Amino acid sequence: MANENMNIDKPKLTAKDFSSGLDVRWCPGCGDYSILAQVQRTFPAMGIPKEKFVWVSGIGCSSRFPYYMDTYGIHGIHGRAPAIASGLKVARPDLSVWVATGDGDLMSIGGNHFIHTCRKNIDLKILLFNNRIYGLTKGQYSPTSEQGKVTKSSPYGSVDYPFNPASLALGAEASFVARTLDRDPKHMQAMINRAAEHKGTAFIEIYQNCNIFNDGAFEVLTDKKSKADNIVVLEHGKPMVFGAEKDKGIVLDGFTPKVVSLADGKHTADDCWVHDEKDPNPLRAFIIAHMTDHEELPTPVGVFRQILKPTYDEGVENQIKGVKEKKGDGSLEKLLYSGNTWVVNGNGEVEK
Amino acid sequence: MAQENGKEVKSVSEVTVMFAGDSGDGMQLTGTQFSDTTAFVGNDLSTLPDYPAEIRAPAGTLYGVSGFQLHFSSNPIHTPGDSPDVLVAMNPAALKINLKNIKPHAVIVVNTDSFDKKNLNTAGYDENPLENDTLAGYKVFQVPITTLTENALEGSPLSIKEVQRCKNFFALGLMYWLYNRPLEPTIEWIETKFKKRPELIDANMKALKAGFYYGDATQLFTTRYTVKPASLPEGTYRNISGNEATAIGFVAASQLSGLPLFLGTYPITPASDILHYMSVYKNYGVKTFQAEDEIAGIASAIGAAFGGSLAVTTTSGPGLALKTEATGLAVMTELPLVIVDVQRGGPSTGLPTKTEQADLMQSIYGRNGESPVAVIAASTPKDCFYMAIEASRIALRFMTPVILLTDGYIANGAEPWKLPEIDELPEINVAPLDESKEFQPYNRDEFLARPWVKPGTPGMEHRIGGLEKQNITGNVNYEPDNHDFMVRLRQEKVDNIAKFIPDLEVDGEQEGDILVLGWGGTYGAITEAVKQMRAAGHKVSQAHMKYLNPMPANTEDVLKKFKTIIVPELNLGQLATLIRSKYLIDVVSHTKIKGLPFRAAEIRSKIEEILGGSNG
Ligand code: SF4
Repeated sequence: MANENMNIDKPKLTAKDFSSGLDVRWCPGCGDYSILAQVQRTFPAMGIPKEKFVWVSGIGCSSRFPYYMDTYGIHGIHGRAPAIASGLKVARPDLSVWVATGDGDLMSIGGNHFIHTCRKNIDLKILLFNNRIYGLTKGQYSPTSEQGKVTKSSPYGSVDYPFNPASLALGAEASFVARTLDRDPKHMQAMINRAAEHKGTAFIEIYQNCNIFNDGAFEVLTDKKSKADNIVVLEHGKPMVFGAEKDKGIVLDGFTPKVVSLADGKHTADDCWVHDEKDPNPLRAFIIAHMTDHEELPTPVGVFRQILKPTYDEGVENQIKGVKEKKGDGSLEKLLYSGNTWVVNGNGEVEK
Repeated sequence: MAQENGKEVKSVSEVTVMFAGDSGDGMQLTGTQFSDTTAFVGNDLSTLPDYPAEIRAPAGTLYGVSGFQLHFSSNPIHTPGDSPDVLVAMNPAALKINLKNIKPHAVIVVNTDSFDKKNLNTAGYDENPLENDTLAGYKVFQVPITTLTENALEGSPLSIKEVQRCKNFFALGLMYWLYNRPLEPTIEWIETKFKKRPELIDANMKALKAGFYYGDATQLFTTRYTVKPASLPEGTYRNISGNEATAIGFVAASQLSGLPLFLGTYPITPASDILHYMSVYKNYGVKTFQAEDEIAGIASAIGAAFGGSLAVTTTSGPGLALKTEATGLAVMTELPLVIVDVQRGGPSTGLPTKTEQADLMQSIYGRNGESPVAVIAASTPKDCFYMAIEASRIALRFMTPVILLTDGYIANGAEPWKLPEIDELPEINVAPLDESKEFQPYNRDEFLARPWVKPGTPGMEHRIGGLEKQNITGNVNYEPDNHDFMVRLRQEKVDNIAKFIPDLEVDGEQEGDILVLGWGGTYGAITEAVKQMRAAGHKVSQAHMKYLNPMPANTEDVLKKFKTIIVPELNLGQLATLIRSKYLIDVVSHTKIKGLPFRAAEIRSKIEEILGGSNG
């Protein structure tokens, strides 16, 4: 994403340059603050001029995000951010277009736009603030809420099955799929940078705590005491090892991932499943995605998959270039006076 | 009367032909070819394709009949003709459906091969109408078109099915002979169309010529007809349909404004052709984005508008309904955006392939909140070109969404179009940025338009969105007084456009007893009806509204000068309601909702009824 046009004499950008200065109106303690902070920390060093960034959002707590960034931005309508952003990116491939969205916005009302954006591989960066609840409408279960969840709209427990966003993105052939946590700033920054570097639809699911309506939803994954035993951090080319003492690993038994002890002398890290995010076959990435919310398995975070394929916006540009080469640039003259025309002369006679 | 090859040649001034057959018979193609050739020989013409919503309805059924009506003349004409002089019926169903519409003594050419028991049954004929007196009074020509086509293509490598499919070219050739049209334009078309399949070029060409020579050789036909070219004004012409004109109009607007053109859309009948045409113009830098749904169509266009494109989305009624929320976003963010609604029969899925004008209220009022947009309408196929440019001009100058209404009738219908000189085309100006003022996203110029600053402009980073804005700063603001102010300001901005559009013009007397006031695609039928009334010695004036919101500034003055105002519409009186509520002027609402355009006679009889024998 390095930009050749960047003036190296310009003073270096800082996080402050990306703050719009508006009062941030999320509830105190909300995980969204951390996401805003990590974005503002990573953006200055991306080598992209500030005026080239655009944030697009839908509706929900997360979607207030563009107001707080001193970049160009559109606060759109519910669910439509990926579609608005797609049009913008196709029209203006020179821009770095980012989408801020939530689990209601992207997984429910905007589900169709999300899968088609992934399918087309439009060069957008989509940050899903997944708090597994509807915050702005005050606490209904969302399409990522766990089954049985008791909320205002499910007083006897929700009977819905939840979406697994990473799995959905993989199913829609997204070329970059990652997951991170609001309480792990370093990891989130790394994921944001990886998304920025990726050419194509980059999807990051961020586990975000809504301390008002769904407090503690990810606590076991973020709490100092439990976290090491409950998450496995994916690293490309490295074996899947986790635990406070790095004493546990994942092995792949057929299609089934299993936890093995690395402390009992029977297994070593060398026996563990080595993560390959570039695997052209999406199968393993699916298996990883399905390790989520599994009693016996740790929840994976990191880059699940990153593959390179031509982007839609690139394809459009290339096609225009190709047709221009073949047919020559269009003009008003050619536009009107082409095709089957005939001439009527001054005597009202038809000339061919 | 001239003689030629033993046949009489009769000169007539106008003819209406109906080609009708099964939806798989290629009648639309036959009709289009006949129109293109007819345009080419210099006749004025107007067409009415009428086809079923099913792509291939079961063979031989009444509802599967596809028709193409064409009116051509040596005089200027305005409609596809009230009733055909000639019917080409490729099967019994086509005969049955059209018999009630054709003129008494009309010419009927039937393909006798298709009048078998099965087809007769499917069409609901107990007896073969060719063998009883059903067709008494008509000039009926019984031609075994399928057999003759098979004979002509003997030895062709094509399958029997493919051979039979060439029969529409036989029928076309025969009609070319009957009306003295050249074969060359169609031959050229066949050659380009089937470039990759020489055997199809050969077969279709043979069928076409066989039809032509059959007319000459057979004893059946004793008379040929000629229709002299119309004395059209000097210039270069092409035959154009409304959808193609709309597409070209936007490409022209892109050239005129110097802005890249972006179309975000989703396929829908009868608007899809606009997408098809526009997607060809890649060498004009046109970007067409076939989105996942109607909402993404308009949402992507809004994104492109924010990015600095001339942004367009195209649809029909059901799609316009889906786009309402996003249209409101464009109203709130004050972005330039053109929404084209090619109206069709509603509500719901309604009549996808039939015409109607019932989306007027939806366009003006169909959104949540007070959500004003400019609404304009095209009146004829070629007018779609000019109105697409006009819609773009208004959107860009006033920073507002504009809805351009056309309808299935003018979208699919075609007419000869005298091409404009390039320097006759209007200028398109974009709301400029006042450099003397500090940049504020919702600052306004004398048109009340806000500045259109595109991402990538250093130092002017700003955010827009669907929440209520504060004027000038564009900051989110929920204060009661601010909301009241902004709602009125957005309305004023759209109302103010009235100062920058042409006055409503009256054709005929500027005051008097009767004004026929129309809008959109009824123009041709109204014009024809008024012409006929005047020819009969009556004083009837006509005005046509191209600007529906805001209406031209002089509208009220114009209307007040007439005792009776008749408003013909293909809905239940939507313009009539608007006129009454806006100006407290009563009108006579004259409506039709059959999925078909008005016939001139249907408007004429209303005028006659009102006149009641008085006037002139
Ligand atoms: S409701 Fe929840 S998600 Fe929304 S701002 Fe408050 S804490 Fe954050």
